Amino acid sequence: MHNKSLTELSTGLIAGQFSSEELTRHFLDRIDRLDGQLNSFITVTAEQALTQARQADTRRNRGEAGPLTGIPLVQKDIFCTNGVRTSCGSKMLYNFIAPYDATVVARCNDAGMVMLGKANMDEFAMGSSNETSFYGPVKNPWDTAAVPGGSSGGSAAAVAARLTPAATGTDTGGSIRQPAALCGISGIKPTYGRVSRYGMIAFASSLDQAGPMARSAEDCALLLGAMAGFDPRDSTSVEREVPDYRATLGNGLKGLKIGLPKEYFGAGLDPAVGQAVQAAIDEYRKLGAEVVDISLPNTGLAVPTYYVVAPAECSSNLSRMDGVRFGYRCENPKDLEDLYKRSRGEGFGAEVKRRIMIGTYALSAGYYDAYYLKAQQMRHLISDDFRRAFEQVDVIMGPTSPTVAFNAGEKTDDPVAMYLADVYTIAANLAGLPGMSIPAGFVNNRPVGLQIIGNYFDEARLLNVAHQYQLATDWHQRMPHGFE
Amino acid sequence: MALERKDVENIAHLARLSISEADIPEYARNLSNILALVEQMSVVDTNGVSPMAHPLEASQRLREDTVTEADQRGHFQAIAPAVEAGLYLVPKVIE
Repeated sequence: MHNKSLTELSTGLIAGQFSSEELTRHFLDRIDRLDGQLNSFITVTAEQALTQARQADTRRNRGEAGPLTGIPLVQKDIFCTNGVRTSCGSKMLYNFIAPYDATVVARCNDAGMVMLGKANMDEFAMGSSNETSFYGPVKNPWDTAAVPGGSSGGSAAAVAARLTPAATGTDTGGSIRQPAALCGISGIKPTYGRVSRYGMIAFASSLDQAGPMARSAEDCALLLGAMAGFDPRDSTSVEREVPDYRATLGNGLKGLKIGLPKEYFGAGLDPAVGQAVQAAIDEYRKLGAEVVDISLPNTGLAVPTYYVVAPAECSSNLSRMDGVRFGYRCENPKDLEDLYKRSRGEGFGAEVKRRIMIGTYALSAGYYDAYYLKAQQMRHLISDDFRRAFEQVDVIMGPTSPTVAFNAGEKTDDPVAMYLADVYTIAANLAGLPGMSIPAGFVNNRPVGLQIIGNYFDEARLLNVAHQYQLATDWHQRMPHGFE
Repeated sequence: MALERKDVENIAHLARLSISEADIPEYARNLSNILALVEQMSVVDTNGVSPMAHPLEASQRLREDTVTEADQRGHFQAIAPAVEAGLYLVPKVIE
């Protein structure tokens, strides 16, 4: 059952081959037996899942089921889930029982999905390896000596190990796409504003975006359809109709123009990863696509720009964690300043504190122009690069990550080395463009991801382009050993 | 830009973060390295380029000025560290 896609599970439930309760018990049992090796869950909601599963079965018997009714799902622990701990991977929120549901969660629940639990993640979504979580690091199911990527490392690992058929993730600098690549699964970061951020604990408000993570583009299309759409509670939510993402999956790719930025295939890219990606591009040529060399000249400045914008916004967003209204409070504060400083100093991990401090510095008097304002100007230049590229091509492709999964502990001593892992993913967040990663091969038994970047609100095209590749290849169907 | 101990102390104070004495040198080193990364931006000529605060250049959406939410103070305060009479309790501020 755990090898079935979302579509197959949906068909199976409709045909009465199994009930949602049986399906849910199956996954809960797998989580219980196997997650000890991965640590991909912070909270497992077994009782609640079984209740939701029974309700889904009742809905089905009444003829009221939709395509996602009764299907299990894992929510990244960044989404507020009413009555269930929402930790964001941090000690700061170790006891935060969310008093409401995020819109993403409410929409999944309304569709009848069954929440198995909350996925582990880098603390406050800051990280590229899921090593900064207060709840322990997550392991990569393909090789437990390796990281799964981050920040949605728990979501990616759980899907790859088939502890869940799908999961939600969030992506601020690559946090859906990079773990999807490192864990050999499919994930999409939609256009900024496509999916509501209400109830999604904020890291960088102008960059954050939620998206689906599953084992195929077809499955992502199904889940994205439930997640996406205008939400009046999110002032950055875009009023634009959500297409049926599945309807266009079958379109042929003849005449599709694919841009390959020369900056994505240069220094810093592992040659074996580059070869795997070129082989994937060759598949696209066979499918009728035309490949065009392009340039995104400001690519090299994307990481420096991001490491001003994201920390600046996070320093503002995380100021609400003050030990007053919810979350961790230090013992015996002697005055208000001590309450703030020690609650935050003790509640936040080192990476989070580093980013808050960089952000505070960049926004402080005397430095705002040199750093924050400059970064916002760079952001404009980076977006213009893409705008010009999309005048020539329909989609842009390249590697998602410069390497396959690295070993745990390899980059934890050098924050800047860790930051450079995001070189290919970050620009899409700065520009607000949609981006996807799909499996495209292996190097030393560790998965390689192909990144596909699209124009604003072109998610349907990305999913179609990805799906056609998945019809012609089977990388996305490979499974890690030990999780059969 | 290399940060010194007093810079780190100042920034930590602005951010209301307690940093132990022993950790200050490592923070100074890491933050300086990050700033060196960030300074790469300074070589690019951005004269006349308008800053981009929002990916889609959107502006704040407005709505009717009517009450739409219900009072849920009790519900939200149930998870607070310390409350009394509907107020959040903190250490004394005014002497």
